[in-house]
Amino acid sequence: MNTKRIVFSGSGGQGVITAAIILAEAAVIYEGLNAVQTQSYGPEARGGATKADVVISEEPIHYPKVIHPHILVCLTQKAYNNFSGIIHPGGLLLTDSHYVKQERKVDARRVELGMYRAVMDKIGKPIAFNICMLGAMTRLTGLVRAESIMEVLETKIPVDFLEINKRALEIGLQLAETHQ
Amino acid sequence: MRADVRFMQGNEAIVEGALYAGLHFYAGYPITPSTEITEILSERLPGTGGKFIQMEDEIASMCAIIGASLTGFKVMTATSGPGFSLMQEAIGYAVMTEVPSVVVNVQRGGPGTGLPTSVAQGDVMQARWGTHGDHSIIGLTASSVQDAFLMTVEAFNLAETFRTPVILLFDELVGHMREKVVIPQPGEIEVVERLRTSVPQGTNYHPYLVREDGRLPISDFGGVHRYNVTGLVHDMWGFPSSDPKVAYDLIHHLVDKLEHRADTIAHYKEYFTEDAEVLLISYGSSARSALHMVEDRRKRGVKVGLLELQSLWPFPGETVRKKCEGRSHVLVVEMNMGQIYQEVKKAVSKPEKVFLANRFDGVFISPADILRLLNVIQGKGV
Repeated sequence: MNTKRIVFSGSGGQGVITAAIILAEAAVIYEGLNAVQTQSYGPEARGGATKADVVISEEPIHYPKVIHPHILVCLTQKAYNNFSGIIHPGGLLLTDSHYVKQERKVDARRVELGMYRAVMDKIGKPIAFNICMLGAMTRLTGLVRAESIMEVLETKIPVDFLEINKRALEIGLQLAETHQ
Repeated sequence: MRADVRFMQGNEAIVEGALYAGLHFYAGYPITPSTEITEILSERLPGTGGKFIQMEDEIASMCAIIGASLTGFKVMTATSGPGFSLMQEAIGYAVMTEVPSVVVNVQRGGPGTGLPTSVAQGDVMQARWGTHGDHSIIGLTASSVQDAFLMTVEAFNLAETFRTPVILLFDELVGHMREKVVIPQPGEIEVVERLRTSVPQGTNYHPYLVREDGRLPISDFGGVHRYNVTGLVHDMWGFPSSDPKVAYDLIHHLVDKLEHRADTIAHYKEYFTEDAEVLLISYGSSARSALHMVEDRRKRGVKVGLLELQSLWPFPGETVRKKCEGRSHVLVVEMNMGQIYQEVKKAVSKPEKVFLANRFDGVFISPADILRLLNVIQGKGV
């Protein structure tokens, strides 16, 4: 595979950084690839703008940041307004229809999914929203296998929350499937 | 998949490296972007039989590890800019009393409370000269999570070998970046244990009587020998002295034990240097952007190379001078206003050929930032 650059953006507390870590860890531990994950955030614990970068490659990765992502995920309108312009031409722009209204034309495949709404309807809590997004993203891109994400979830998520997260991943996979 | 392949943050790898090297006592006060080191050790260290104490501040943290080290244990503290400033007086005490200790500074933007969550390399000179008086010190750094592990082990080894505080000068990017790391098996890399005195109980022990090889065997404080430890200039018994000869010899010993071995303490990596016309010199996370740019230019046939410094103090001046010999230009890449740039200019025979590519605005320096400077010095304009 060619080097893939991914940006997850949203607001503190949405699990944007956690999603990036899980994706990168899945690539390294279960897919035998190289991956580097970094983030930028303000001093606030919650509510601040959050951006997480992941680079995945078969080659060694030196520069760890992402300037023009092949895959851009925006989970707030502010993140969309800030970052939609940086997408690599021909890339994938994924947003959540509850939080983001895609207003601009960008040279990318634009996908709006009702991930937040589906998680609230089927699980009733927003806590695994980020995992639902990860499910949708992996199905849309084929970056890593869903099973690899699942393996990481099993090592990272407390047992009491594992079932919710697995269901959220499934919801995301199905949403992307229906969209395609 | 190898069983020992892990995916972790630089700060986690520092913890793994410290435990691999035999860390037994940690005192610290959490501060961004080093907090994970304190947090993880509070969980891990008690389980290994070691002691973790969260102190009231960084002054107390540094003092606590000095005391613990004297009693015979490997010690560490971790902080960032503001905390590192508070530690300076006690770091000088550790220099003067020759107490093995490891101080991690995961650098953030400064001065003052600066940019707490942003990347910077502005404490390079503070690591060297932050404490007062003529002295020398060891400062190591790393550009990857794997090297953060290895350099942490090396910091403990050098602290024990030379009886000195060793500063691990990482930066926010390496501290918080996650990537693949392979944790070596026990015994796979060397761990230097403390050199203890062979002087038996009941015989006079001279704590500051330097051996012919320059080393000072330690007797665990509170053990079988009674002796004095002071931050004042002291004689071989450890008692205060204002004798000019004692002062002269002691200051010389403190400086020479490291400065005379600068090029053996030196750690560095080279990429494409053999036929490089332009040599980049970088360290820490900046070296990643430098290497990205070098590989990219090589694909276009441009003869550039990279010297990545992993030890900054004592500055490996002789190594740098030799590596820069015969290059058309030298480009130092760092995230401050030119702290290592000035050292490189001092070391080389043609300082007018040394240039600086830098950022100090909290933004991680990019390959494009460096390329702009390369184009300028090669006369290609911006």
